[in-house]
Amino acid sequence: MSTLEIRDLHVSIETDQGSKEILRGVNLTINSGETHAIMGPNGSGKSTLAYTIAGHPRYTVVSGSITLDGEDVLAMSIDGRARAGLFLAMQYPVEIPGVTVSNFLRTAKTSLDGEAPALRSWIKELRGSMEAMRMDSSFAERNVNEGFSGGEKKRHEIVQLELLKPKIAVLDETDSGLDVDALKVVSEGVNRVKENTGLGVLLITHYTRILRYITPDFVHVFVDGAVAEEGGPELAERLENEGYDRYLTGSSVG
Amino acid sequence: MSSAPTTPSIDEAAVPGAQAHSHGPGSPVPVQTRSERFASAAHSDFPEVTGRELEWRLTPVAAVRDLIDDELDGSPFPAIVSEADGVTCEWIDRTDARIGTAGLAEERAAANAWSRFEKALSVTLTTEEPVVVTIDRTGADSTPRAAHTIITAKPNARGLVIIDNRGSARLSENVEVVAEAGSDLTVVSLQEWDDESVHLSSQFGRVDRDAHLKHVVVSLGGSVVRVNPSVHLSGAGADGQLLGLYFADAGQHLEQRVYVHHIAPHTISRVTYKGALNGQGARTVWVGDVLIGRLATGTDSYEQNRNLVLSDGTRADSIPNLEIETGDIAGAGHASATGRFDDEHLFYLRSRGIDEQEARRLVVQGFLIDVVQKIGNAELEARLVAAIERELEAVEVV
Repeated sequence: MSTLEIRDLHVSIETDQGSKEILRGVNLTINSGETHAIMGPNGSGKSTLAYTIAGHPRYTVVSGSITLDGEDVLAMSIDGRARAGLFLAMQYPVEIPGVTVSNFLRTAKTSLDGEAPALRSWIKELRGSMEAMRMDSSFAERNVNEGFSGGEKKRHEIVQLELLKPKIAVLDETDSGLDVDALKVVSEGVNRVKENTGLGVLLITHYTRILRYITPDFVHVFVDGAVAEEGGPELAERLENEGYDRYLTGSSVG
Repeated sequence: MSSAPTTPSIDEAAVPGAQAHSHGPGSPVPVQTRSERFASAAHSDFPEVTGRELEWRLTPVAAVRDLIDDELDGSPFPAIVSEADGVTCEWIDRTDARIGTAGLAEERAAANAWSRFEKALSVTLTTEEPVVVTIDRTGADSTPRAAHTIITAKPNARGLVIIDNRGSARLSENVEVVAEAGSDLTVVSLQEWDDESVHLSSQFGRVDRDAHLKHVVVSLGGSVVRVNPSVHLSGAGADGQLLGLYFADAGQHLEQRVYVHHIAPHTISRVTYKGALNGQGARTVWVGDVLIGRLATGTDSYEQNRNLVLSDGTRADSIPNLEIETGDIAGAGHASATGRFDDEHLFYLRSRGIDEQEARRLVVQGFLIDVVQKIGNAELEARLVAAIERELEAVEVV
C-alpha cells in the first residue's frame, strides 16, 4: 500500500516576462489501487502538475510538499523518483536516435531493480506486454519512439508502465490523439496493470472519453492552478454535459 | 545560384538536431565554383601553404608541415589485404592507367603524396556475390610516408572494403574509389590510430551509371586526422551515400571536408556526418560541399552534420555549402547543428529510473550509433559500437 500526498503545492516557471506561478496550492492524496481523474481546461496547470511530480527541471516548486509513503519526493532526483515508484506516461514522448526500445527498457529495468533481469523471462515479459498492446515485436529493435505514430508512442508508454511496475503512475493526456481502437487498447492496458499490481493512477485528461474505459474513483476539476471541485465519477458526467464554462468566469485561463 | 557558407559557430545552448544553423550576415561567399578548384598530381604545382588558405585555415598546419612540404617515404605502406574469391589485389606502377581515374590532388599535401608514392595498392572487386575485404594497416612507424590506393568495383560487382588503420603513422595519401556501372560498393575508412599519429587522406570517388557507393569515414584515434572524401556522381542514376562518425578527445583534431559533385542527371546523394567532442582542445571540422552541375537535372541531395559537445574547451566547425547550377532538381537541402545534450532526451530516460550518467551515455552512444546502423555490416557495426563504448568510458560527462 502506497500513498502519494501533495500538499499546498505552488509551482512556477520562468518565462520571458519573468517568473509565472502555474500551480496555486494543490492538494491531492492518491493511494494504491485508486484512480483519480484530473480534468480541466487547457492552461489550467494539469501538465505542470504531472511534470512537477516527475521532477522536470523546467518547473520550480515555490512551496508545498510531495511525499511518497512519507518520503520527500521533491528532494529526489528525476531517476530517484522513478526508483521510488513513480511513473509519468508522457503526452509527447520524445524520439531518441540510436537507442533501441529493447536496450532502453532493459537498462531502465536494471536501474530500477538494481540488477539485470533474467534474460529469458524478461524477453517473454517484453513480448507479452507488446503483444497485449498490439505492438509488433519488431518495435523492440527500433529506436525509442523514432518514426512511431502518435498512437504507437502512447502504447509504448503503457508497455513501459506494465514492465517497470511503478507504485503510482501519472498519465498525462494519454488519450489525446488516439482513435477509439487505440484508446481501448491503451485503457485495457492501464486496467490490466492496475489489476495485476495495485497501481495508483493519476489520470490527467481534457476529455471525459477515456473515463468510459478507465473508471475513476475520484474526479478533481482543475482550474487556474488549483482543484476547484471534487467528486466521484458522476462529476465527470456532469462535465461532459456542461463543459468547463461554469468554472471559467473571471479566471485568467487562456 | 549558390549559397554562402555559414559562419563557423559553436552554439552550446543549442539542442542537437533541433536547431538549424543560420546564414549569418557577412558570411564569405565562395570565390569560385567548387569544381573549378585547381588540381594536379605534381607537388611543385602548388604554392607554399601559409595556413590562411580556404583549404587549410581550420587545420593545425604546423603539426602536418612535414607531410605538406618534405620528402616522403614512398615505398609501399605496410598493408595486409584479406583474401577472398572475386577480389584481386596487386601493387601497380605509378604509370598504370588506372591511376588518376577517380580524381586528382587539390592541395599540396595530397599532391606531395601523389608525387612520392612508388607503387599503388589496387584492390578490385569482380563478382556480384558480395565480398568483404579488409586492408589492414597496422605496422607503420613515425616516418613521414606517402601512399596511394585504388579500390575498384567492376560492373555489377558488390562488396565492402574496410581500410583498417591502427598503430602509429605519419601518412599523407590518396585513395581512389571507382564504382563502375551497376556496382554496389561500400568503402569504410576507419581511423583508430595511436594518439600521436598524423594522417592526411584525400579520397576520390567516381560513381558510374546506376552504381551505388557508400563511403564511410570513422575517425576515433590519432593526433591530427584529416580525411577528405570527394565523390563524383558521373553516371546517370548514380547514388552516393556519405557517412561519417568522429569522436574527438582532448587535444585531438579530426577534420573532414566532404564534396559531392552531381555531374549526371537523376543522381542521388545523402551526406550524414556526426561527431562528439570531449575535453580541453578537442577540435573537429566538417565542411560539406555539394555541387549540382548544369547537366545534373532531376537530382536529389541532402547533407547534414550534427555535433554533440560533451565538455567545455572544445570547438566544432560545421560549414555546409550548396551550389546549384540547374533549375531542374528533385530536391536539395542541408542542415547543421552543434550543441549540448537535449534535456528532453535525458529527462525521458531518467524518468524511467536510468541515472544521469547512464542516461548521458545512452544518448551519446545513440547519437553516434545512428550512423553506425547505416553501414550495413553486422560484424563491423558491433566492432564500432564497442569502440564507441570505449571512447565513452573515458568521458566524465557533465
